[in-house]
Amino acid sequence: MKNKYYILAIGICLTLILTAFSGCVEEETEEMVLIFAMSGDADKLDPADVTDGESISRTDNIFESLVEYTAGGTDIQSALATSWDVSNDGLEITFDLRKDVEFHDGTDFNADAVVFSFARQYDTSHPYHEYGEWAYWGYMFSDIDYVEKINDYKIIIHLKRPNAAIMTSLAMFTVAIVSPTNAEEWGEEAFKHPVGTGPFKFVEWVKDDHITLEANEDYWRARSKLDKIIFRVIEDPSARLLAIQAGEIHGMEYPDPVSFDLIKSDSDLQLLTQSGMNVGYLAMNTGYGYYDENENGVRDSDEDWVKTPGYFEPLTNKLVRQAINYAIDKNSIVENLYKGTAIVAKNGMPPFMLGHNDDIVDYSYDPDMAKDLLEEAGYPNGFNTTLWVMPVSRPYMFDPPKIAEALQSYLADVNINVELYQLDWSTYLEETENGNHPMCLLGWTGDNGDPDNFMNVLYGPNSASIGTAGNVAFYNNSLVQDKFSAALQSYDTTVRSKLYEEAQVLIHEDAPFVYLAHATQNMVFLSNIKGYVLNPTERKFFYPVEIE
Amino acid sequence: MKWYIIKRLLQLIPVIIGVTIIAFSLIHLAPGDPARTMLGQHATQQELNEIREKYGLDEPVYVQYGIWLNGVLHGDFGRSILTKELVVNEIAERFPNTIELAIASMIFAITIGGLAGIISASNQYSITDYTVMGIALFGISMPVFWLGIMLMLIFGVILGWLPIGGRIDLLIPFQRVTGFMVFDSIITGNLNALLSVLKHLILPALALGTIPMAIIARVTRSSMLEVLRQDFIRTERAKGLSERVVIYRHAARNAMLPVVTVIGLNFGLLLSGAILTETVFSWPGLGRLVVESVYERDYPLVVGCILIFAIIFVFVNLITDILYTFIDPRIKYE
Repeated sequence: MKNKYYILAIGICLTLILTAFSGCVEEETEEMVLIFAMSGDADKLDPADVTDGESISRTDNIFESLVEYTAGGTDIQSALATSWDVSNDGLEITFDLRKDVEFHDGTDFNADAVVFSFARQYDTSHPYHEYGEWAYWGYMFSDIDYVEKINDYKIIIHLKRPNAAIMTSLAMFTVAIVSPTNAEEWGEEAFKHPVGTGPFKFVEWVKDDHITLEANEDYWRARSKLDKIIFRVIEDPSARLLAIQAGEIHGMEYPDPVSFDLIKSDSDLQLLTQSGMNVGYLAMNTGYGYYDENENGVRDSDEDWVKTPGYFEPLTNKLVRQAINYAIDKNSIVENLYKGTAIVAKNGMPPFMLGHNDDIVDYSYDPDMAKDLLEEAGYPNGFNTTLWVMPVSRPYMFDPPKIAEALQSYLADVNINVELYQLDWSTYLEETENGNHPMCLLGWTGDNGDPDNFMNVLYGPNSASIGTAGNVAFYNNSLVQDKFSAALQSYDTTVRSKLYEEAQVLIHEDAPFVYLAHATQNMVFLSNIKGYVLNPTERKFFYPVEIE
Repeated sequence: MKWYIIKRLLQLIPVIIGVTIIAFSLIHLAPGDPARTMLGQHATQQELNEIREKYGLDEPVYVQYGIWLNGVLHGDFGRSILTKELVVNEIAERFPNTIELAIASMIFAITIGGLAGIISASNQYSITDYTVMGIALFGISMPVFWLGIMLMLIFGVILGWLPIGGRIDLLIPFQRVTGFMVFDSIITGNLNALLSVLKHLILPALALGTIPMAIIARVTRSSMLEVLRQDFIRTERAKGLSERVVIYRHAARNAMLPVVTVIGLNFGLLLSGAILTETVFSWPGLGRLVVESVYERDYPLVVGCILIFAIIFVFVNLITDILYTFIDPRIKYE
């Protein structure tokens, strides 16, 4: 029996010694390592073949594009290109490339790498085309015809038609430049061996656990102050907050708005907040869409307007839609349900963007006016309808079910009886894009900071294609489409701005949407983390960050 | 015995075919498709069609199943549609994490639950009995999610004794060999890593093991009570054996049979319970993988995960059945 106690005692001593020892080792590492908690793991680490913010947040620190957004803004500045020039007809953009830049694998950055990075996406005969879906290409870059190498450090991007949004799009992650040598080495598996020119090099990826990057010692700008970044996956927002409170991580995304007071009162934590580039809305199905049989994203003359599956007579009436706008108290929703982490929206894109029409006077909260309009429209006793409710919180809409309940009660006050209907997220997107709903909640986070990316995508009649609609109100005023198309053709920002402002007047009058809110984006850091800048695009760049 | 095991293993074949057919049909019956998840909110019809064609999603379900089964017979489980990674790799990366967690929580559940049951039974109707069974009832009723958060708050934030989540302190160098991190840190002689891995294992194992622990405690208690009333126990006591020997050596062993059954079944329960525990504790395991793949309609991955769950379940039951013969020599399989 005595022996047993000896063994136990030795065991305890050993554990204590080892614990002490392990503490020492941690203190000895003087590397500046930042551990950041993300809400999900990356899908792939190929910037051209992903659409999810989780993947992009990692690749953005490994890869760079020809141009980039200014820190905290959506203006364009040079990155891997030193200068560029748009031809008079707007169909050619010539780029001079930065010399003396190397990829992390030692490959030279040059025109071949640029052509490779683009061509694999658009050229169906390219040997690497089959390794990706290139989801953003068809949607945002299809106006690019081809990319031509002029010499080692000069390329031309040829456009099929003038596209004023293309310069901002070129700062997107999709067109980041990848190492061709690396792509050749890994082929189909290149997505898990990312090699770019950016401030950090890829080290390790343990699925659903963490991704580690280390400083690129040969970066063409000054080396980053951080030695390493570790992106940890912590899905649950409460667990993320506990982890930062315990000091296990240095920063986290998507804090739960419920915990904002707690975060603000903790001196070890800092809450960073900025108006986000997003909009959350209630869309009313105005009744008619088209089938994009020519699969070109544009309604051609042979594609007729047909009733959407969710066609609902009262909502085809402008007066009813205006009445619904008057019936809803947006201020109260923003204050109580967004917990103050949003501003009330009056237009379909955030106020800081080019072309936002600030002169528009928003529909006030006026139930009496709403009742009058309903009576005028021929619905003095109101009607019954269904509101489709998103099952998930998105950056532009916290807690959609609660918002839906609020809307339900506001509409009940003007005798519109709303039944709520919920589906799982991917089905929800599919069904609303099919136009099966009379009314639905949805929203959008901008991709590139260009107004076209809100206006045309969400409110343009061309986007009212049944099955793939971005415009889920199926709003089909052709005057609006004309303005959007003209705006995209012009490189003059004053002209563009005016066209978008005019379009917003028409949309406001026709009222196919109730624009609810522009939510802020929020991040939490330990208070000794300095230099992080929030970006309207919600992209995350850790290059300027340091730990004090 | 040998033939029995072979027979049981052969029975795996129809089980696997059945399970995969059901999994395949159910996931395809659910609305939504992976092309949509891949392309997000702005897909064009052309892109959707291209992707559906590329992955054979436009084929009828039975054709897709046929293609899949053919691949499996050739050792090819396909690639995840969303992450492009081989399904086998996706599963292999998570499998050791889930198994380690399940084993750790089972060790916790069996030792504490078993002991509690025995103590409770040998002190029937005493304060100890009521207290232990009250705690067991509390354990069964507690939502894993809430328990996890509470454990993290108390031991991680307030006391600061244990880490909040993850598998290891990421600043400690660690060399992956098999993926079983406890095992890997032992064979590479990395004591720092071993300690860190064990520390990270404690809270999730407690959270996941609490419900099985409570169940085991209750089953052990009732089984023990039955055994303690039998004649041979009275004989042993009459012989003058000490109470400790009577209870722990003779009664406990005889009471173990139903407990082993419950343990076997609970192992399956652990796998499903792991989904919540893994989410709360950021544990990179199979539970999270299967939930994510269902949400994303990642068909090959969903079926792959369900297949592995089914196989684990069948194996655990087989092991349980074999264990019977060791506990009760009267049981023989022909």
